[in-house]
Amino acid sequence: MDITGRKLFVKALEEEGVDTIFAYPGGTVTDLFDELYKNESIHMVLPRHEQGLIHEAEGYARSSGKVGVCLVTSGPGATNIVTGLADAHYDSIPLVCFTGQVPLALIGNDAFQEVDIVGITRSITKYSVTVRSREELGRIIKMAFYIAKTGRPGPVLIDLPKDIQTALGPSVYPEHVEIRGYKPNSSVHVGQLKRAYKLLRSAKKPLILAGGGVNISHANERLLAFAEKENVPVVTTIMGKGAIPTKHALYVGNCGMHGKYAANKAVSECDVLFSIGTRFNDRITGDLNEFAPKAKIVHIDVDTASISRNVVVDVPVVSDADLALEKLLEWAEPKKTAAWQNQIKIWENENPLAMRRDRGMTPQMIMEHINSSFPGGIYVTDVGQHQMWATQYLELDRGSSLITSGGLGTMGFGFPAAIGAKLAHPDRDVVCISGDGGFQMNMQEMATAVAEGTAVTICILNNYYLGMVRQMQQLFYGKRYASTCLRRRVSCGNGCKGPNGGCPPYVPDFVRFAESYGACGIRVEKEEEIDAAFEEAKKHTDAPTIIEFMIASDEIVLPMVQGGNPMSEMILK
Amino acid sequence: MSDMKNRWIALYVENQIGVLAKVSGLFSGKSYNLQSLTVGTTEDESISRMTICVTSDDITFEQIKKQLNRMVEVIKVIDLTDVPLHMKEILYAKVTGIDAEDKAELFRIAQVFSVDVVDIGNDSILLECKLTSRRNNELIALLKSKYRHISIVRGGAVAIESISTGCR
Ligand SMILES: Cc1ncc(C[n+]2csc(CCOP(=O)(O)OP(=O)(O)O)c2C)c(N)n1
Ligand SMILES: [Mg+2]
Repeated sequence: MDITGRKLFVKALEEEGVDTIFAYPGGTVTDLFDELYKNESIHMVLPRHEQGLIHEAEGYARSSGKVGVCLVTSGPGATNIVTGLADAHYDSIPLVCFTGQVPLALIGNDAFQEVDIVGITRSITKYSVTVRSREELGRIIKMAFYIAKTGRPGPVLIDLPKDIQTALGPSVYPEHVEIRGYKPNSSVHVGQLKRAYKLLRSAKKPLILAGGGVNISHANERLLAFAEKENVPVVTTIMGKGAIPTKHALYVGNCGMHGKYAANKAVSECDVLFSIGTRFNDRITGDLNEFAPKAKIVHIDVDTASISRNVVVDVPVVSDADLALEKLLEWAEPKKTAAWQNQIKIWENENPLAMRRDRGMTPQMIMEHINSSFPGGIYVTDVGQHQMWATQYLELDRGSSLITSGGLGTMGFGFPAAIGAKLAHPDRDVVCISGDGGFQMNMQEMATAVAEGTAVTICILNNYYLGMVRQMQQLFYGKRYASTCLRRRVSCGNGCKGPNGGCPPYVPDFVRFAESYGACGIRVEKEEEIDAAFEEAKKHTDAPTIIEFMIASDEIVLPMVQGGNPMSEMILK
Repeated sequence: MSDMKNRWIALYVENQIGVLAKVSGLFSGKSYNLQSLTVGTTEDESISRMTICVTSDDITFEQIKKQLNRMVEVIKVIDLTDVPLHMKEILYAKVTGIDAEDKAELFRIAQVFSVDVVDIGNDSILLECKLTSRRNNELIALLKSKYRHISIVRGGAVAIESISTGCR
């Protein structure tokens, strides 16, 4: 018997095992909402803005590995998820996003709330498609889930015209799809991997560079076993942090623009760079001509197009990280690297990551207390200085994990993503680390967190500034703080060069903001107050808590390599 | 870069709405230097074949092929750069404001270039050319050097792998 498109839609979600959908209603999707209303097994989350919605789905997907599912209306609903699609595309996050669309016959008429969302999102999705007949609906949804989660994962958009939702058609939801143009890589070329391994064996100063691909393919255990067996030190990208436990003796640290001195030094001096699951983004490489100048480079990645794109590599291997490591483990043998490891230790001692401790509460202290108070937690950051401090000082071991917007660097990501992560993991501590600027980009989601009873601990590092940009102005633009001071008002006039005694008060008051949602808000000004604040937050098990940390405005992220410079040219002080 | 040159790709894609936009969008979005792109359906109506010419260096060309390959709608990417093939481009050249002497000269040119005169008026002539793109370029250069009023319409090259010999 034929069924309506809306019925098939819900049936498809059920068969895909979807338990949560992030959905905001509107004219072209009311039929789907009506159908979901009758359903018992799918939890509907109502965000307060579609940008928050898609970041919540991302947080859900990033923390659980499951596909995040979004449903928004046509026109503005659809355009509001564009940033999140780009974010998920960059960081390889599996999402399936349904956008309502005007009825087929009206497409092209500039109908009310019609936008060409497939056209708009073509370059920032793994696949995007308009459903043009009721018959193909089942196959397209099946394709979407399959494409989103296989190979290099990514977001898929399905544009669903209103009349297709009500039209009758086949009731079957296919179990498999064959897509002739899409064949994700599911094996590894053993000969090529062997070449890569031989190169590693020949090295005197070998180094493993682990990127986000290691975390996505859950290759952490195998990577650790391999590194241990071979005795090879490991550096990570920001997305790869946690690839092996950060306190492990073989772990050096993050490399890149704000990486650890020893990690960048090791990349510059190693003779074989064995890299897995990274895109060699410019934040990692700096000046390409000077990147790992002494090394032969191995690159293992599931995405062919990421190989030899930014960095020309000596041995490319197209493979899923975990699959390759499984094979590598069969061959692994102990290697003598003591002298090389010693050298890295010397660099570590020369310039350890640390902030001065004589100026009150520093970001480093806040991170250290998060480490001790929330072991095994999910740490979600926004974008800015606080993000860099989080990636520098958070320890990822004892089951804890880090979620951050790496490729796109989306301010406003952190808080909603934390809500999504908590929805996927109600039993784990979820700590959001945000800046005062970025939090304001999606703080309307406070209502969502309250409504959903999600107990995320929101740490706002308030430096009164868009700190990351301010740092640039402080160092390279003669302290001309154009549009980065968040206390600035019209009355300030022009030419401000930094805080003076008479600055206007900061708005909003984040503590009272929390209270206005019936949630707990705490302001912390001294290190001694941190633990008590965390204890208080933990008492609120079914509501979010905001903790505002008052930190110095002029704190900067170090070390730092200026964009485009070689990684060896680090600013250390 | 020294290895900058014209390169050719044949691309089998799903014959669906938006696929052309997606492929051409890749070239503009990533600043690849697209020279020409033609598209038409194949013997299987659900599949279109594109012939694409780009100017690029080796590394970029590798990247272009990989980027095309990972598109869901792309079924197959064939590098035609060093493959023996038959490749022609259709071009119309209309020359106007000419006298009898010019006309006679244009007939001679048509003969030498092996192109057809397909239409003619009192003071105008229309050439139909199925040549390689390079030969078409040469013809255009010649016409431009001799006549003031020319309109050119060209279709971009189509190519197919040859059966026996290597001709272009
Ligand atoms: C949506 C968006 N707009 C602008 C930027 C550029 N940007 C990067 S970091 C930053 C400042 C962030 O300020 P805040 O949230 O207060 O964090 P802080 O750097 O002070 O820790 C800005 C403006 C961005 N990354 N994302
Ligand atoms: Mg700030």
